[in-house]
Amino acid sequence: MKHKSLKLALLGTTLVATSALAEDVTITIESWRNDDLTLWQDQIIPAFEAANPGIKVQFTPSAPAEYNAVLNSKLDAGSAGDLITCRPFDASLALYEAGHLTDLSGVEAMSNFSDVAKSAWQTDDGAVSFCVPMASVIHGFIYNKDAFNELGIDVPTTEDEFFAALDKIKEDGTYIPIAMGTNDQWEAATMGYNNIGPNYWKGEEGRQALIKGEQKLTDEAWTAPYATLARWGEYMGDGYEAQTYPDSQNIFTLGRAAIYPAGSWEISGFNTQADFQMGAFKPPVRNAGDTCYISDHTDIGIGMNAATENPEAAETFLAWVASPEFAEIFGNALPGFFPLSSTPVELQDPLAKEIVGWRDECESTIRSTYQILSRGTPNLENETWGASVAAIKGAKSPEELGAELQEGLASWYAPHQ
Amino acid sequence: MNRPRFRWHIVVFLAPAVLVYTAVMIFPLFNTLRLALYSEVDQSRVFVGLQNFQTLFFDPIWSEQFWNALGNNFWFFLIHMLVQNPIGIALAALLSHPRLRFSALYRSAIFIPTILSFVIVGFAWKLILSPIWGIAPSMLDAVGLKSLFAPWLGKEEYALTTLALISVWQFVGIPMMLIYAALLTIPEEILEAGEIDGITGASAFWKIKLPLILPSIGIISILTFVGNFNAFDLIYAAQGALAGPDFSTDILGTFMYRTFFGFQLQLGDPHMGSAIAGAMFAIILVGVCIYLFGIQTRMRRYQL
Repeated sequence: MKHKSLKLALLGTTLVATSALAEDVTITIESWRNDDLTLWQDQIIPAFEAANPGIKVQFTPSAPAEYNAVLNSKLDAGSAGDLITCRPFDASLALYEAGHLTDLSGVEAMSNFSDVAKSAWQTDDGAVSFCVPMASVIHGFIYNKDAFNELGIDVPTTEDEFFAALDKIKEDGTYIPIAMGTNDQWEAATMGYNNIGPNYWKGEEGRQALIKGEQKLTDEAWTAPYATLARWGEYMGDGYEAQTYPDSQNIFTLGRAAIYPAGSWEISGFNTQADFQMGAFKPPVRNAGDTCYISDHTDIGIGMNAATENPEAAETFLAWVASPEFAEIFGNALPGFFPLSSTPVELQDPLAKEIVGWRDECESTIRSTYQILSRGTPNLENETWGASVAAIKGAKSPEELGAELQEGLASWYAPHQ
Repeated sequence: MNRPRFRWHIVVFLAPAVLVYTAVMIFPLFNTLRLALYSEVDQSRVFVGLQNFQTLFFDPIWSEQFWNALGNNFWFFLIHMLVQNPIGIALAALLSHPRLRFSALYRSAIFIPTILSFVIVGFAWKLILSPIWGIAPSMLDAVGLKSLFAPWLGKEEYALTTLALISVWQFVGIPMMLIYAALLTIPEEILEAGEIDGITGASAFWKIKLPLILPSIGIISILTFVGNFNAFDLIYAAQGALAGPDFSTDILGTFMYRTFFGFQLQLGDPHMGSAIAGAMFAIILVGVCIYLFGIQTRMRRYQL
């Protein structure tokens, strides 16, 4: 009897002791990736919590289009989460300069990333890093393999082959050649202009020259992609002017279209929705044998809210995000978001593997308008959306568009004045 | 010496409403106007006077967008005045007809869209008009008029008018209800007296009822004006903050939102945003004043 009560008493004290030790800290992550909610909840967060008992993580995403506005309001009001998912370049730089993001340069795990990977979340002089790079997305084209086999089309590698393939698909009439619309505007710029463009302006070479003011948006390298886009219009579906982004996704996954100008982030969605074989090809080069360039865009990072009440827990999480373990989980949980960590990660998804393989064959660059050039008014990125749509609709000539964009950029950007 | 006692209860009863209204309406309004006089230079807020307004009206980059939005706003308002209000009045006249059957059913059916959320209306109409999945193209096809269909929401020349008509569809119930209520207050004796003098049917409407409901029509016009110049939701829900295609559906509300909160790579600028909000406030204020002092005071009222 006595023994039993002693045992119970001992058990009781241990329970009290452990619960006192495990005073759980909860950290919250702000994000715009509401599509990934289940992946975070089922895979990423449990893996972290298993490795770091005592820290609980909450992933609280908002809608992508509203994220920046919501986040800014929350930060100003002091109600934002401990960890902030970072948009690349100026949006996050502004947050750092306003004192909302912590300087992470001293965090040891940052050495797992190359300078290019870190460039999207650094001050202009590269001295301070304020977000841990998580992933990049690669642009190209996803195609319906069954449709290509049925029509006997080979995967195009040059632009001539690309348009020959489109002609063949259009002539046959079973499939809409290109699944894209202009209603939401951004696809035309992101999956159109910045997808095919790097082959024209030679990736980083042209992009850097534009930033330095050595090239202008009126140069052939920057207007020619609009001329190519103008040819897309006739291959897009009926009423593409009012076709939205989700419309395009659905048309493609329902098997009604042959080619989808894509960002790699589509992979996981397409895998679950499409019941046909998919393949991917990189943006076709202008002439056979040209060096190929791809847009391998640093897209997601994660930083620490300077006002967090749990800096240790947040830092633990960031160090884990920088580790190869996270890269492995993340890269495979979200095929199409390619980890930026220097340690190579083995991807399982065939489509993702195919796309990430382009990194070995082609030169990588990022979207032309993202670094520095979209700082002023008018905003070059927003203007590029409108210009790409106008090019596809044939509303304006490539030269007119180039002149307009150049005028807007020159109005505030000193190297172009 | 019987001085009237100070009536404390008036203050006590007014206080809650005054305090709440001040906290959530008056203070934010004046603070927004104040914010418009500042700008941000190197992370600190600097007083710049009317410079933001000068930029807004005279810098070609800003003024082009501002006038475009204002022009679109006027077109949006004009469509409501020319389509929504006459239809609302006509519906009310029909509904108040004593021999109309099922009038309660019609009344509810026409009023229901008004209580729907903008998001639902925007989404539903986008689907209806979608060239891919929409029922509009197939319905037109069924009557052999497929050639009349166009992707309206995606064409610069039609998008704004289409959205205005969607908004008319949503809100036509409001003028209808107000006019209907006004028509019901017209005493039967007046109409009967008119009947004896030989004024019946349509001419009774034009000569007796319409003059009597003019004050209600005035109220509806001003409500439409204020509502339209504050509009934002439907455009944002249907076309997004960039109000495409090519800013053809951009109105002051979306322009203000984009500027204030930022969009994609464009960072938010609360100061310029407040300047736009201030301009919106001024435009509405002027409109309402013109109505109050120019029209309402001259409107003739009849003792019923």
